[in-house]
Amino acid sequence: MIDVDIAGTQVRALNQRLHALPKDTNERAWRVLNPMGAHSIAAGLTQPIEVRVEGHVGYYCAGMNKEATVVVEGHCGWGFGENIMSGLVRVTGNASQAVGASGHGGMVIVDGDAGARCAIGLKGADIVVGGSVGHFSAFMAQAGSLVVLGDAGDNLGDSLYEARLYVRGSVASLGADCVEKKMTPHHLQKLERILAKAGMTADPKSFRRYGSARKLYNFHADHADAY
Amino acid sequence: MCGIVGLFLKNPALRPELGTHVSTMLAEMTSRGPDSAGIAVYHRPTVDGASKFTLFHDDDAYPWDEMTGRLGEALGVESDLEKRAKHVVLAVQSAEDPVRAWLAANCPGVRVMGYGTLMEVYKEKGLPADVLRRHGIAQMEGTHAIGHTRMATESIVTTEHSHPFTAAPDMCLVHNGSLSNHNRLRQWLKRRGQSFDTDNDSEVAARYFAFRMSEGASLEEAMEAGLKDLDGFFTFTMGTRDGFAVLRDGIACKPAVLAETDDWVAMGSEYRALAHLPGVDKATIWEPKPAVVYTWTLN
Repeated sequence: MIDVDIAGTQVRALNQRLHALPKDTNERAWRVLNPMGAHSIAAGLTQPIEVRVEGHVGYYCAGMNKEATVVVEGHCGWGFGENIMSGLVRVTGNASQAVGASGHGGMVIVDGDAGARCAIGLKGADIVVGGSVGHFSAFMAQAGSLVVLGDAGDNLGDSLYEARLYVRGSVASLGADCVEKKMTPHHLQKLERILAKAGMTADPKSFRRYGSARKLYNFHADHADAY
Repeated sequence: MCGIVGLFLKNPALRPELGTHVSTMLAEMTSRGPDSAGIAVYHRPTVDGASKFTLFHDDDAYPWDEMTGRLGEALGVESDLEKRAKHVVLAVQSAEDPVRAWLAANCPGVRVMGYGTLMEVYKEKGLPADVLRRHGIAQMEGTHAIGHTRMATESIVTTEHSHPFTAAPDMCLVHNGSLSNHNRLRQWLKRRGQSFDTDNDSEVAARYFAFRMSEGASLEEAMEAGLKDLDGFFTFTMGTRDGFAVLRDGIACKPAVLAETDDWVAMGSEYRALAHLPGVDKATIWEPKPAVVYTWTLN
């Protein structure tokens, strides 16, 4: 385990150390101390290393992650795991807005609650939230899954494309073109796999599934008056 | 972008450290607003019947002593003067209105940054650390303070355009965001007798809330009304005589973090502003919900 205390220093030095690691590195276990809410901690990692951050972090932590595992023991600010490509990033506390924004692959886990616009513009990653998510979550999400064990705020899945949304609790309101869909055995199986990977204990059958009604995909002459 | 901080001390034993903590908080928000900085500190209550004014003049050599003498002769009142860089705190054995009227009529170039019985407001162009140092904020005691670091978007960078904005005794407002209907709202308020010092959108919000409260609304009611009448993005923090309030717009585009312990309540645009506070590791930390008014008052 390599300890890096970043109190009073620039995050850039830490990130440059992590970015410079070669593919066959033996330095695979890292611990970051005193993050003090700093931004961009462990962003842009590309190697299969494990980084544990002890304390609360600021914006864009573990953004653009590839291969690495990043665990934050605390709360995090905006854009946790944004644009994740692969690997797994987790925050044990609550997360602010735009968790996993535009994530392409891999998994983002929030053990607590996530704020507004969780999984906005999702492009293939799986986002799992142990608590509730805020308003406009999964806005324009294209692919991947958002799994919420708690409740969802207003306008869930507004202008949704093909991402799959699973919510166990209540949904304050659905956004434009987002509808409840039938939970098939195929979806139950997928959801079970995601929950197991995230280490979350919940019965897949207790979730409801939401997806796109696909009515915004094409122009309808019937709607011409609305333009 | 701008940065906001607020600190409200529940434990009186911490009051000597107010300035130290709030200075650290504000300096942490430098990257959100390096253009100018301002702070309102609530401390040193005036004696009964007296009021105090934080005044500013851009000229370092402005004859404050002479001005105070003229004020005393004109109104027949005693007053004390304390200089801090280009600001002075003038404590006058008089109600507020006659002094404000006399200053407006006789002292062109003198700006009233704040007034009341507790609040002092210091704000200027420049890096937050420099503004804090010039005015000796770290040495100040008090019950609560709110501060702002500015990155201007809606109007020019001058001392008078920086925050906090004062619109009533012991009341001030800081704002992160931008209002889109401030011109129309300014006209609406002008028709109701309100006057303005700048073309800044945040000043409109400050005067709007003050106007609502002058009509009899409580702090909470005024802020609830603001959710209907103010169009745009905002995280507001408002300082009052006995506490402070926080409000975000319904979309919550602008950040805010609250933290509370048995000893204090703190607000920051980002968590790093709060990361140095004593006992923050045990604090309850959360994001204020959109369109919900949060207030704290002294018991």
